[in-house]
Amino acid sequence: MMENKIERKGQVLFSGYKYGEGIKKALKLSREDILFELKESKLRGRGGAGFPTSTKWMLTAATIDPDKYLICNADEGEPGTFKDRVLLLEYPAMVFDGMVIGAYTIGAKFGIVYLRGEYKYMLPDLEAHLEKMRKDNYLGEKILGKDGFDFDIEIRLGSGAYVCGEETALIESLEGSRGEARNRPPFPVNRGYMGKPSSVNNVETFANIPFIVLKGGKWYNKLGTEKSTGTKLFSVSGDCEKPGVYELPWGTKVSELLEIVGAKNTKAVQVGGASGICIPKSQFDRMLAYEDLATGGSVKIFNENRNMLEVLKNFMEFFVEESCGQCVPCRIGNVKLLEGTKMLLKGEFTFEYINKLKELGRTMKIASKCGLGQSSPNPFLSILENFKDEVFNQGWRNNGR
Amino acid sequence: MLISEKQALTERVGMLVQKYGNSRSALIPILQDIQHNFKYITDFEQQEVARLLDIHPVEVYSVISFYSFLSSKQRGKNIVRLCQSISCELEGKEKVAKAIERELGIKFGETTKDKKFTLEYTNCMGMCDQSPAMMVNEKVYSKLTPEKAVQILKEVK
Ligand SMILES: Cc1cc2nc3c(=O)[nH]c(=O)nc-3n(C[C@H](O)[C@H](O)[C@H](O)COP(=O)(O)O)c2cc1C
Ligand code: SF4
Ligand code: FES
Repeated sequence: MMENKIERKGQVLFSGYKYGEGIKKALKLSREDILFELKESKLRGRGGAGFPTSTKWMLTAATIDPDKYLICNADEGEPGTFKDRVLLLEYPAMVFDGMVIGAYTIGAKFGIVYLRGEYKYMLPDLEAHLEKMRKDNYLGEKILGKDGFDFDIEIRLGSGAYVCGEETALIESLEGSRGEARNRPPFPVNRGYMGKPSSVNNVETFANIPFIVLKGGKWYNKLGTEKSTGTKLFSVSGDCEKPGVYELPWGTKVSELLEIVGAKNTKAVQVGGASGICIPKSQFDRMLAYEDLATGGSVKIFNENRNMLEVLKNFMEFFVEESCGQCVPCRIGNVKLLEGTKMLLKGEFTFEYINKLKELGRTMKIASKCGLGQSSPNPFLSILENFKDEVFNQGWRNNGR
Repeated sequence: MLISEKQALTERVGMLVQKYGNSRSALIPILQDIQHNFKYITDFEQQEVARLLDIHPVEVYSVISFYSFLSSKQRGKNIVRLCQSISCELEGKEKVAKAIERELGIKFGETTKDKKFTLEYTNCMGMCDQSPAMMVNEKVYSKLTPEKAVQILKEVK
């Protein structure tokens, strides 16, 4: 029924991993050693924001509270992203071993996986895997005989809200509330779930950890680019011959990726999902990396036959629906940008008004409370900028027919 | 509602609170459990949950209204959720939607008279490499065609 198409295996995640290996090695090292390797690896969070994982873990490790939480963000809701699905279904050992190593490193007693409701079908397999880990003493008390290292993982389900992927909204949701983002500070590393220090990390971030522990930070940072080390899982969909998940080194050019996935007559590529940016052919030599096109992994390909305004309309409808409504720029702004998109589609607009909407988009990026409203204007701004001719002439063409 | 029915509901909610605990963080697991088994959460159940968790019923309602998978209105026995996000939209979601609507005789957002099906749209469900996709309750179906979608619903009990 479902295929998990891993179209390209790379040098890290899909290179082969033996269950438990990373944990065994980690427990022979000190917490400081692991933090050192992690810092050396320059691993950055794979959930989208790209925050250095070693910094986050050092901050959490440095707190003295005995009850710390390690939370795996498996809410994967960004349209066009499905690599965490493949990791969880095919390689749960990498993800959960990464969590155990993380717990040891930061001194967390409790682990929580926040699994999106849409992925509930995975629950039996994931629970079975956790049960096996408990039997093998990779979870539970005194893990592998290590005194004072007790840790277990609980899976909690989401209920269909994209914004709950945002880490403070996720924590609100775990605490039994509406998934509304919190003000920061305090940051979750100081006061997170239940007011306790909590580190929230993406599924793919955890999956990288065992490899860094086994092969070392130096080995890891040689892959990729200066500022974006290692490999990345790209969820490729849209107009190409081989949609699926690809493990490629950071720094891969968009044009190279298009070649690999068999994309023809490509007009546009949306990098980073609905909240990412849309680039035209003239920019296909840009690279996928934090220093250029940063992304949580979604690459969506549009060929010459696609109507970029229809695409934009779909994205803006998504944000109107998924905004938590807490702050005005995002709640009202997305509605306005959607209205503007519809005006463009009909050809009933003035440049003066559209320019005002662009200004509004830029304001939303600054004035919104969380990443949703800060990034939702991205497709609007980038499609209007990069596909000017198509966008501004379309309505008149349609009416003229 | 009959008093005996009310008592049965109170007991059932009480058992859930025993299972998940009476802390605030147990609220969503409790609501998810009711939703899973009965497809929606009645006013009375909301009041009971609120009472046992010692919070205001309005809080329970506001949580239910926030999450698209929780519902305070009656739904059908099977909830069909068709993905409306970009990949599925581009790969022919509209045709699938029309076919399902015709076959079941209802529009999206509605429930069949026999309460067997509720039709809803949902956003990206992480199946964009195999669009269009839909969920029937918790099961995922991908690479849908109008015929295939209708056939899947025929086989649902
Ligand atoms: C609206 C919104 C949705 C998000 N969804 C996810 C998600 O589904 N998965 C995820 O790992 N991070 C998501 N994030 C990013 C998280 O807030 C957070 O940065 C991340 O989980 C940290 O993990 P990392 O450091 O390993 O990337 C989202 C952020 C925003 C603003
Ligand atoms: S930016 Fe949007 S999603 Fe984030 S808190 Fe404000 S209204 Fe909610
Ligand atoms: S867009 Fe439909 S599953 Fe992602």
